[in-house]
Amino acid sequence: MTTYIRRAAALCLLLLVALLANTARVQVLEADRLLGNPANRRPVLARYAEPRGDILVEGRPVTGSQDTGQTLRYERTYSDGPLYAPVTGHASQTYGTTLVEDAEDGILSGTSPHLAGLPLIGGLGRPGGPGRGRHPAGHVATTIRAGLQRAAYEGLAGRRGAVVALEPSTGRVLALVSSPSYDPALLSGTGAEPAAAWARLNAAPGRPMLNRALHETYPPGSTFKIVTAAAALDAGVVTDVYAPSGTPDPYPLPGTRTLLPNEARGCDDASLAYAVRWSCNTVLARLGVEVGLTRMVAAARSFGFNDADLRVPSRVARSNFDADMSPDRLALSAIGQYDTRATPLQMAMVAAAVADGGEVARPYLVETTTTADGGVVGRAHRETYARAMSPGTARTLGALMVDVVERGSGSNAAIEGAEVGGKTGTAQHGVGNQGTPYAWFIGWARAAGAPRPAVAVAVVVEDAAARREEISGGGSAAPIARAVMESALAAEGGRG
Amino acid sequence: MTAATTDAPPPRVRLPRRRGVEFSLLVCAVLCSMLGYAAVGLARSGAVPHDVAGYGAGLSLLALTGHLAVRFGAPYADPLLLPIAVLLNGLGLVLIYRLDLETPADRAAPTQLVWSALGVALFALVVVCLRDHRLLQRYAYLSVAAALALLTVPIFFPAVNGARIWIRVGGLSFQPGEFAKLLLAVFFAAYLAANGTALAHTGRRLWRVRLPAGRVLGPVLAVWLISVGVLVLERDLGTSLLFFGLFVILLYVATGRTGWIAVGLLLASVGAFTVGALEPHVHGRVEDWLHPFASIEAGRGPGQLAQSLFAFAAGGMFGTGLGQGHSALIGFAAKSDFILATAGEELGHAGLTAIFLLYALLVARGFRSGLALRDPFGRLLATGLASILALQVFVIAGGVTGLIPLTGMAMPFLAQGGSSVVTNWVMVALLVRMSDSARAPAPEPGPAPDAGSAPEPGPGCGPGGDPPHDGGPLPGGAAPRATAPARPPGPAPAAPTREGAR
Repeated sequence: MTTYIRRAAALCLLLLVALLANTARVQVLEADRLLGNPANRRPVLARYAEPRGDILVEGRPVTGSQDTGQTLRYERTYSDGPLYAPVTGHASQTYGTTLVEDAEDGILSGTSPHLAGLPLIGGLGRPGGPGRGRHPAGHVATTIRAGLQRAAYEGLAGRRGAVVALEPSTGRVLALVSSPSYDPALLSGTGAEPAAAWARLNAAPGRPMLNRALHETYPPGSTFKIVTAAAALDAGVVTDVYAPSGTPDPYPLPGTRTLLPNEARGCDDASLAYAVRWSCNTVLARLGVEVGLTRMVAAARSFGFNDADLRVPSRVARSNFDADMSPDRLALSAIGQYDTRATPLQMAMVAAAVADGGEVARPYLVETTTTADGGVVGRAHRETYARAMSPGTARTLGALMVDVVERGSGSNAAIEGAEVGGKTGTAQHGVGNQGTPYAWFIGWARAAGAPRPAVAVAVVVEDAAARREEISGGGSAAPIARAVMESALAAEGGRG
Repeated sequence: MTAATTDAPPPRVRLPRRRGVEFSLLVCAVLCSMLGYAAVGLARSGAVPHDVAGYGAGLSLLALTGHLAVRFGAPYADPLLLPIAVLLNGLGLVLIYRLDLETPADRAAPTQLVWSALGVALFALVVVCLRDHRLLQRYAYLSVAAALALLTVPIFFPAVNGARIWIRVGGLSFQPGEFAKLLLAVFFAAYLAANGTALAHTGRRLWRVRLPAGRVLGPVLAVWLISVGVLVLERDLGTSLLFFGLFVILLYVATGRTGWIAVGLLLASVGAFTVGALEPHVHGRVEDWLHPFASIEAGRGPGQLAQSLFAFAAGGMFGTGLGQGHSALIGFAAKSDFILATAGEELGHAGLTAIFLLYALLVARGFRSGLALRDPFGRLLATGLASILALQVFVIAGGVTGLIPLTGMAMPFLAQGGSSVVTNWVMVALLVRMSDSARAPAPEPGPAPDAGSAPEPGPGCGPGGDPPHDGGPLPGGAAPRATAPARPPGPAPAAPTREGAR
């Protein structure tokens, strides 16, 4: 019997070995596959089990985390929700993440491998479980300046529109405002409240959750004339900006009987300088045709048009300049009509290119990412996006833009004791142009004595409620731009 | 392989009592459990639970009760059995307490503590009062009758989660199948001890296979068939598998016929296929085992087994730490059938291995007693109890980790379930009793001890010292049992067997 008892015991040993082998399979070999299963809620639970890292503006957090004691424990809070919503986006248990919350989610939720102090040890993360590869959440410092952001937000005062301010020399996004806005905190958490808020915000007529600065494209109208003028100057189509251009008023679009009129006076046979100052459609439309489709498309592309991959770090909508069209349409496109569309960020890049000697610096929103205790994980640096025009052209155009503010349509943007260049625009849209025209202003400002402009800005106001003829970028958009630029120059002055 | 009921008993080795070792191990077991309890509190609320001392005191009291019972009732018992049981029970309480934190409305730990106390009380009672395990042989038929009664009663009660294995009286419910396994083990051991030789050496020869005599095999086969049939009716797959395995193992150990294993496996596969094909409940379990993620792909979210696998995977090598896992996602059976998933997630592969090894030690010690004992009944009973423990752990652990189809059963000592805890404590008590007889020095207990030769003079409970009669009128016993195990019964030549000098 002894033998048989031993064999029975051996059988039990075999069962033990089978169990151990199988648990090793489940817990070690296949663990990652099982944890990656979309139905496994552990990654989600782990994600919300710790406070989320913060998004900083000028070193101060504009976000927070609140312990709810629920299953998905920490909810996102926002100190100035509506003001910074176009920058932060939302981080919701129910509706996911957007914008910086999304682009830097790895840092903010602590899953990024870059947060590991020691790569080899950090790879293990906290021992076991979905905590593997999870570190204390890091922080994201943005390039936004609170003063500019607030000036832009208050300038729009709830009207539909957007403001983008850039630092021309680096590409830092100093302000990014979309109006009307919403409080992302409404979407934090789970249950009925976020769902109700989500439904309400999505149904709201002002579309508060649309980020107009990055994700909406508008006909840029006359502000696009800067691109056309740069292309004409670079191509040598215009050599003397003060020479009469010989353009008739109205201008018959090539190959058609359609006559293109002007809103401004004195555009007949006007020089380029005059045409920019008072926004003559005819002169610039004809210049676009003379530059030709290929060179116009190339010029637009170098400013950032037709680039579907632009990120700041979240995706930016593609600004459009048609690459294949007849000359009459090219004429309309050259003055920012027809199919030409631009995001406010794109037009800010146009102003910044003029301000920075013709180079477009790649715009960015995230300055540094740090670990929880302040160790730098990543730091942004200036990148050249493209050279949009020669330095000479930039100087010439800069002078023309200063003219616009000092003696032309953009007088509302003038700032005492600073050099301000700008371009106004009104863009018609809608069926038969029956919609309220959009008011545009793009510009830049240089403090007296400063080597280079400190800020470039683009403002668009959608519902500039006023009489048609009074609608102009000069009336509605320029004052907002001035407030933002004043704030930037004051800050620069304050920094010495 | 020819049968060998004729093993000469292994030479006795004088062993020290080792009660001090047992005591220190018990202290370690209690401390381990208290540490776990404190760890749960620290992880959940950042503070050691205020009642950690109370918990420790309660567990210490249980351990001390068990220890005193062993010290006075079974002084030569194996020193590992009780500490392992205490540690597993304490760990189970910690895990249940930890899962209670997820379901504040439904607290199971206090109840479990009461059941554990009852279990330890029964343990002490058995160890002190049952002076000789061979007394149990007399109650073979009583126990089989009781077992069958216990098994059939739940049919008249409503099913819970698809299985009719519960008896509900007032607010209490218990699983009679748990206790029936112990009774059946006693019956099988007694019957096979009496008739093993006959089974091995009588009956017709059919070509080269010797069929056992129907008269001998009949009753035991009938008992087994009835119990398994009843369980299939009740849809208690795990327990029917357990009984089946127990029966085959004991039959093999008693007769040494390898053929039994083949026949057993054949029967098992036929039965499994039939039941799996015809029974929707069982069929679903098998489907679940084959495709644990089917419900996810169908968009119905993860099923219990998938959640269990997720929990094990989340544990990884070292676990999340007590109180920091999410095994509550498993749902309603997290404290009972799936308690191992919590252990796997929060203690990791390392902790799970440790738990399995604790069970393995318990099983090994059971087998060891079986090897060291000299009466066939004791040998078979110890083997049977160890096998029950091993099979039960395998069936559940294999089920929740996706090794075999899932069957509802309670992890011994760990899982929530009063009947299970109490039964397992009684089983450990029997093992303690048998290891004591195995290791006790002379007086040499003969196969038929007289009334005066109880191993330990001391106050027994009840009418102690009634000698168990060998060769009692066990019906179906074709061959009279040998009076001395050293003498071969019948004409069978004694097969030389290896002797374990222990």
